[in-house]
Amino acid sequence: MKFFLKKTITLIITLFIVSLLAFFAFSIIPGDPTAKILGMEASQAQIDALRIELGLDQPVLVRYLDWLGNFVRGDFGTSYSYQLPVRQMLADKLPITALLTLISFLFTLVIAIPLGIYSGSVKSEWLDRVNATIDQVFMSVPQFFIGILMCFVLGISMKWFIPGNYVSYSSSWSGFLYYMIFPAFSIAIPRIAMTVKMLRSSILNELGRDYVRTAHSRGCSRSVILRRYVLRNALIPVITFLAISMAEIMTGSIIVEQVFTVPGIGRLLLTSIGNRDFPVVLAIVVILAAWIVLVNYLADIINQLVDPRLRLQ
Amino acid sequence: MKKKLNSFICVGGVLAVLLTLLFLVGLFWTPYPPDEMHAMAKFQAPSAQYLLGTDNLGRDVLSRIMDGMGTSFFIAICVVLIGCFFGIVIGSLCGYYGGIADAILTRLCDTITAFPAMLLALIVISITGGGQYNIILVLGILFIPSFARIVRTEYARVRDLNYIQSARLMGVSTFRIMYVHILPNTIPVLLPAVTIGFNNAILSEASMSFLGIGITPPQASLGTMLKDSQSYLRNAPWFALCTGCAIVLIILSFSLLSEGIQQRNRSRKI
Repeated sequence: MKFFLKKTITLIITLFIVSLLAFFAFSIIPGDPTAKILGMEASQAQIDALRIELGLDQPVLVRYLDWLGNFVRGDFGTSYSYQLPVRQMLADKLPITALLTLISFLFTLVIAIPLGIYSGSVKSEWLDRVNATIDQVFMSVPQFFIGILMCFVLGISMKWFIPGNYVSYSSSWSGFLYYMIFPAFSIAIPRIAMTVKMLRSSILNELGRDYVRTAHSRGCSRSVILRRYVLRNALIPVITFLAISMAEIMTGSIIVEQVFTVPGIGRLLLTSIGNRDFPVVLAIVVILAAWIVLVNYLADIINQLVDPRLRLQ
Repeated sequence: MKKKLNSFICVGGVLAVLLTLLFLVGLFWTPYPPDEMHAMAKFQAPSAQYLLGTDNLGRDVLSRIMDGMGTSFFIAICVVLIGCFFGIVIGSLCGYYGGIADAILTRLCDTITAFPAMLLALIVISITGGGQYNIILVLGILFIPSFARIVRTEYARVRDLNYIQSARLMGVSTFRIMYVHILPNTIPVLLPAVTIGFNNAILSEASMSFLGIGITPPQASLGTMLKDSQSYLRNAPWFALCTGCAIVLIILSFSLLSEGIQQRNRSRKI
């Protein structure tokens, strides 16, 4: 229970620092947001009135606390470019990216873990080489290029889907999920290769330990040793790695959304960066960062549940 | 054990040398001027005249790739130099002296590396704006923690070994111990980190340019080319495929090299 409490406190402090840094980063930007909203021909009085309305006359720290209070309550501010609440702009985009990330993460888990366990438990020099080569090649292909290749091979040549013809989930759930398979796979492929490599070397590492030999000498079969002893130990570094993967998958989805013209957070983030619409950028950045911190926290907790040794430290 | 080059180092090395040659040649000579448009030769498929075909404006794809590789290599080399230099300075001081500053900096590095470099770069670039030098600066700074971490671990490991203690007893200055005695010993672990960092820099630059927040258009970059080529996937697939393959080959060659070096390190230790 103590480790849980300690981790939770660290989590809250980290979230606080991350939000503080993000807020300060976006408040030192040169240029006045009032010029952006009112245009070039605003009078000084109008500018002053708007500055007070936006709270820009207050010191940064006060503004941060205001913003944080609102943010926690779900009010993410107002977009400079569209004059809409940021929350409303995010509401229909966040689920799309979240689903894309989730599907892609599921692909990674479902494919990489059995594959990794298999390639780690079979001893064959030939298989090792094939494995390592395939891993290296797949790891070297950037996600957006896998996306383009998929559009070309599966979309244009084999006509499994029409690239760019995004199906909204509000019109058809099955169409949406079918379309999402392709971007999700593009993101997952390099992660799968990395996870397999990681799991494989982790299993091989554990198989060389003394306790494996002891279990062998006591007459345990290879599969029992693998399942009961080795896997439990080998999975620990992989859990941490999967947490990192989750963050990478999310960044990947921002990029791959562009390839498949999926109207998710990534598109909004990029257009907002282009428009210098900082309340939107700030909200997205803080949400993404909080998500990454949270996933790492969960990985820590899961690790400590799986491995009691970590709790003693 | 005999110094045997493994197949990873061989294949990766040959590929890397070829690509570097292509990059060096591209600095001085390309088949066509990379920006020259041939209005009569739009969307030409690869042929003897245009080895990798032409793009939507009738520019020779091979020349553009060579030019874009120049940009990518230049950025990646600068990023690695910045990251590596400051990484070594910070990592060596932290690892050698330890203490509170070390604990805080290590914690900070861990936190920064928990976030994908791409995401951080995206945020900073959104504030500072794109362009070649901003990218170099931002990525360079973001790459410092990964190098610092590796260097720190090595320094902390060797700082109390016998040969360092003897050097200390012989009155060797701390500076000399740190950078003449210890630093060469970090090379086996630093080398794979450099090649991985190089790859990450290439990939980050390509991704950012692909998203349209990196290299600004008149300058050729593999990322921006890939972005442009995507619209012509149906008419001119070679444009996208050749550009993408160039990125894949660069990354593959350096990741094979780093994998090979790591394998050699492992077999040496045993």
